[in-house]
Amino acid sequence: MTDESPAAFMTGAMPGGDDVLVRVENLVKYFPVRTAGFVRRTVGNVQAVDGVSLAIPRGKTLGLVGETGSGKSTLARCVAGLLPVTSGKVTFDGHDITNLSRHRMQPFRREIQMIFQDPYGSLNPRRRVGAIIGDPFAIHKTVPAGERKRKVQELMERVGLNPEHYNRFPAEFSGGQRQRIGVARALALRPKLIICDEPVSALDVSIQAQVLNLLADLQRDYGLTYLFIAHDLEVVRHVSDSVTVMYLGRVAESGPKELVYDTPRHPYTAALLSAAPAADPDAAASRQRIILTGDIPSPIDPPSGCRFHPRCPKAQELCSQQDPPLEVKAGDAAAHLTACHFPVEAGENLAAEAAARR
Amino acid sequence: MALLEVENLTVSFPTGDGVVRAVRGVSFSVEPGQTLGIVGESGSGKTVLTQTLLGLTPGAVITGKAVFEGTDLLQLSQGQMREVRGARIAVIFQDPLTSLHPLYRVGWQISEMIRAHDKNVTKKQAAARAVELLGRVGIPHPAQRVNDYPHQFSGGMRQRAMIAMALSLSPRMIIADEPTTALDATVQAQILDLLLNLQRESDTALIMITHDLGVVADIADNVMVMYAGRAAEKGSKQDIFYRQHHPYTKGLLESIPNSSAASERLRPIPGMPPSLINLPSGCKFHPRCTYVMDRCVTEEPDLRQIHDFSHLSACWLPAAATGVGGDAEHQRAEAVAEGRTGAAVEVAEVIAASPEVAS
Repeated sequence: MTDESPAAFMTGAMPGGDDVLVRVENLVKYFPVRTAGFVRRTVGNVQAVDGVSLAIPRGKTLGLVGETGSGKSTLARCVAGLLPVTSGKVTFDGHDITNLSRHRMQPFRREIQMIFQDPYGSLNPRRRVGAIIGDPFAIHKTVPAGERKRKVQELMERVGLNPEHYNRFPAEFSGGQRQRIGVARALALRPKLIICDEPVSALDVSIQAQVLNLLADLQRDYGLTYLFIAHDLEVVRHVSDSVTVMYLGRVAESGPKELVYDTPRHPYTAALLSAAPAADPDAAASRQRIILTGDIPSPIDPPSGCRFHPRCPKAQELCSQQDPPLEVKAGDAAAHLTACHFPVEAGENLAAEAAARR
Repeated sequence: MALLEVENLTVSFPTGDGVVRAVRGVSFSVEPGQTLGIVGESGSGKTVLTQTLLGLTPGAVITGKAVFEGTDLLQLSQGQMREVRGARIAVIFQDPLTSLHPLYRVGWQISEMIRAHDKNVTKKQAAARAVELLGRVGIPHPAQRVNDYPHQFSGGMRQRAMIAMALSLSPRMIIADEPTTALDATVQAQILDLLLNLQRESDTALIMITHDLGVVADIADNVMVMYAGRAAEKGSKQDIFYRQHHPYTKGLLESIPNSSAASERLRPIPGMPPSLINLPSGCKFHPRCTYVMDRCVTEEPDLRQIHDFSHLSACWLPAAATGVGGDAEHQRAEAVAEGRTGAAVEVAEVIAASPEVAS
């Protein structure tokens, strides 16, 4: 398995069966940077997503982790068909849906839905909740107008909203309730895939747990597949079956969540995990944080070789010259992929190495 | 004597819809060199509380006392307050982009702060001090970056610049209002590390307002948990995380997904925080509380001692409902020995099953 290219591996059989709902192969998304003025010459590209492959088995959850600027939201938008893809391929349920025309994309839009981060910005404040949730029925003409109200009220009940609030405006709901409205809207057309882009980041912890439980119940009852984006590592660990860690448009590490969380091989994953504060003072006191230097670089002019090398505590000469492939490292399970020349070994003290470099 | 001693502070805002009772009788003290973590959800009054201390809540009806270095902050005139704010008590806000002026260079904004409080400092001296401060908070090439505008800084660097500004007059106390909430995890770790080091160097007191229990577990010495404008529970970090008494504190800790219960269902607190205009009767948490008793509906509990004098909880439950002693503590020790995190949840489980609570 080790000698195969990562793309070939990802397109092959996934652990736990071949039934893959979404497959992304070598996806690239560049946003051109143009000069101002009349002749808008392209002077560069924001390399938001640069060669990402992943696969999500049906009924499972893939957690996508990364910091601001890692390209996780862009990737999600490309999968949902909301952004045209620069190159690469997106396959959904056996169909190639890469850059389909509006018309041909229509049937797939029904099956791929999104839940957005901001429950305030994603609901039109001037429309009633019933109309917002019923929109998908009207657009896709799946439910005749006469039955819509009943259908919407069923949905509201399902996500834990009071169906009598059908005629209220979004402003009359709290953040958690609004996110439930977003969930109801996404659920209306019985999609197969729901892309959750930071669905609980804006919510208080006690409300966040309510929404996470709701998402878990819906997955169980309707066999939903989730692409779950979040920057909160504990939330991702809670909801995901497998995890993909992105850094500056590339996949740093991916695999089943237990492997990635318990034995991270990429120094970035290790740093991210050590940086996440745990609500446990003893653990916090005994843990050694790997403090990275600097910030995530600009995706317009990404570093040569491994994109993480300027901040990496283990970087060597080779890292700035050669881009490491995403592959199975020696001693790892076949599903655990890492893009690193010098992966973290068991028992290694990365915190000390990082401190020594600072 | 404590550096800051707040006694029975209440803050309310008269509005057209009714009186918003944002803070209802809160007392706490902060010692030099210590970190107090104030935890609570949106609308718990944690931000209003600290802004009131700095005179940043115009239009509010305020009662109580807040004695800082021997003077009551609530009695100061605007002019007197201006001398304290920034110089003796510095503030770091959540959003570093909106708290820096976009049209002025970062260095200028720091030197302005210095010169506003000390007219004897020349422009040149202030500018040199700004470079030094930026270097101290870990901004690379401070001599050049001092001339940048805020938009040329990344989020983490802006927050560092805010910290540099807060440090510029060597304050005795820093109030940090969700300073890392807008930042990524690796940058958050950098900023927390920086705050801890600076505090160690200069013996500054720190009030850390956050909704993130992880941040509190990391850097606080003492913790105050707020709910609906009041302190639900106060104590040392260990009290709050391992021997918590108030069901709201327990609920908060159980709501966080954590590794030891990775695939289990989460146990959220049911319902929503109350409206501050129309508060429930009795204990303000009773409509959401799983341990609710008759007394909770009619009578609001005051903070009272739980086991030792520094651990206080505003709850009618018997003191034995904490994790002190017995199985709960044992379970915690075991989990820590094994290096597992999230022991708090297990402890809470034992508490819930204990006969004192069930009766």
